[in-house]
Amino acid sequence: MKNERANRRMMTKLSIFAVAMFGFGFALVPFYEKICEVTGINNLIKPAAAVENTQIDKSRWVTLEFDSNAHGLEWDFKPVQRSVRVHPGEMIQIEYDVRNNGANAIVGQAIPSYSPKHSAPFVKKMECFCFKQQPLQAGESKRMPVQFVIDSTLPENVTTITLSYTFFEVKGASTAPLKNGGQG
Amino acid sequence: MAAYGHTQDHGHDDHHAHKPSGIMRWVGSTNHKDIGTMYLWFSFTMFLVGGVMALIIRSELFQPGLQIVKPEFFNSMTTYHGLIMVFGAIMPAFVGFANWLIPMQIGAPDMAFPRMNNLSFWLLPPAALLLIAAQFAPGGGAGVGWTLYAPLSTQAGPAMDLTIFAIHILGMSSIMGSINIITTILNMRAPGMTMMKMPMFCWTWLITAYLLVAVMPVLAGAVTMTLTDRHFGTHFFNAAGGGDPVLYQHIFWFFGHPEVYIIAIPAFGVVSQVIPAFSRKPLFGYASMVYATSSIAILSFMVWAHHMYTSGMPVEAQLYFMYATVLIAVPTGVKVFNWVATMWRGSLTFETPMLFALGFLFLFTLGGFTGLVLSIVPVDVQLHDTYYVVAHFHYVMVAGALFSAFAGIYFWLPKWTGRMYNETLGKWHFWLSLVFFNVTFFVQHFLGLAGMPRRIPDYSLQFAEFNMISSIGAFGFGLSQLLFLYIVIKTITSGEKAAERQWEGADSLEWTHLPSPAPWHSFETPPVVK
Repeated sequence: MKNERANRRMMTKLSIFAVAMFGFGFALVPFYEKICEVTGINNLIKPAAAVENTQIDKSRWVTLEFDSNAHGLEWDFKPVQRSVRVHPGEMIQIEYDVRNNGANAIVGQAIPSYSPKHSAPFVKKMECFCFKQQPLQAGESKRMPVQFVIDSTLPENVTTITLSYTFFEVKGASTAPLKNGGQG
Repeated sequence: MAAYGHTQDHGHDDHHAHKPSGIMRWVGSTNHKDIGTMYLWFSFTMFLVGGVMALIIRSELFQPGLQIVKPEFFNSMTTYHGLIMVFGAIMPAFVGFANWLIPMQIGAPDMAFPRMNNLSFWLLPPAALLLIAAQFAPGGGAGVGWTLYAPLSTQAGPAMDLTIFAIHILGMSSIMGSINIITTILNMRAPGMTMMKMPMFCWTWLITAYLLVAVMPVLAGAVTMTLTDRHFGTHFFNAAGGGDPVLYQHIFWFFGHPEVYIIAIPAFGVVSQVIPAFSRKPLFGYASMVYATSSIAILSFMVWAHHMYTSGMPVEAQLYFMYATVLIAVPTGVKVFNWVATMWRGSLTFETPMLFALGFLFLFTLGGFTGLVLSIVPVDVQLHDTYYVVAHFHYVMVAGALFSAFAGIYFWLPKWTGRMYNETLGKWHFWLSLVFFNVTFFVQHFLGLAGMPRRIPDYSLQFAEFNMISSIGAFGFGLSQLLFLYIVIKTITSGEKAAERQWEGADSLEWTHLPSPAPWHSFETPPVVK
């Protein structure tokens, strides 16, 4: 019958349409991602913006000078950098090199001092080799970090701070090499 | 299913002796009238199941605090009440109308693919059983809401898998039913029955069927993605794996908004048959009705994101979706004014079908207006997921679709069964439904405006009075529907004999060319339409 053939053709067309619409549902997935990408709507798929430290006072500079002394020790002790220029509030890391030129193992302890004196409370140290005793075997050398922030409440008239370390011998301390970075 | 055979046999049994008897008549049926009957009884059964779930919800909300059910079970009830009412009750009801009426109204002997028609129906009971069985899965029913939003749905218990499978089956049933309807309407019209002479009901179903074929596969895709996210390691909606849960909302509402019109447009069709019949005038602005319905259908694909204003959307997109949504009010307004103009200077009588059609007209328009309110972005941001939304969509779903289905059933029952329903009881059913519907849902507007969130089993004390009123209304509405069941059974068993053209104003082929009840086989020789 003519009608029957027309009906079957219609069913085929509509079935193809239904299957295509099933595919369309899945096609919405890349389509959606593309739209979000182009319009920048969806910030879930963007990497997070770099974290910015809002505590930094960019309006002024402070010069930090580093000094080093080894009190009565046969140690070579000096900063890697003599000075840095920083903004208050910025996290700074500098390093000191130390080498034991003597024949014996010695334990040293570094003591910091600041100039001008009243700037001391504004230098906030997070990490410092002066926090713990440093044993050095004969001929051993080390590079030691100091990490700190200059507090942004530092008085306006202070533009230069000198940070000076002096190593003293700690008599009677064990000179065994520290394991796993030491226990302080 | 034996109930179908028992209750509906009486309507037909003295016409054609050669039809199969007993249960096999229904299991293997390829007759559009029998299948239509099964669709209608199935949908009424699901209407009662979904109604019981609604009453469990309203019982819990009768008073503040947790009295009757656990919150998890409450969530499951809101979910399955929605799914069962939409996919189990309202959609099959109108497919039932389509099966019964479209062949008779266009002068065709049956649907284009009778065996596929049988399969379309018989897929429904297993899907319904899956939805009910989900309640007894480990961990209880999936309390994810009828929208099945990710990421809740990708994390829910085994009930979710049963639900997804049920939706796949329901989708297949709908797609097959729609292919059948489109083919029947386009290829099998009687000689002289041009497209623009078709009864409005056929037009609305043609448009609805196209919507169904277009969007049911998209829903199937969305739940398939949910399924593979759950079990097969994909990350469509899982942010941790590079997916996006908001994507689910976009895909769902690309289906979901046309779905709203899949429910509403056949209801428009029924009302477009009933109002002219009781106004004794042809439908005003037939052609504009066809174009308005088509434009509603086309616009329905362009407004989906108005369900998602609060999901984080750029303001340009919000503005677009707001304007597009407001635009839908134009063709809808054309339809409402056409119905009113049809009644203008008509010889009106107010039998039960007309009362339900008028109830539809009044309350659907009200629901349309609250929809317009919700389409406005700054208002919606306040009202999103409150009881105002619940009130809005129950005005368009219950007072819209359901009232129109009642109008249709009272209207065509004489043609289907050959017997008249009891007019007094029918009017009682209408007035009880109308009053209790408004008692239930009108106060929910106030609850929503005051900020009561939907889908929550408990609420603050200031919402207590309106919730109590709403719960009382809900029980009244539910009980009124038992009266409807009684009226229908009474009509089938002992109604007065109906005339061939029971309504003098009804002018489509089933009234003018066929006796009441309509014979089991009709229009084997096509009528000639002038």
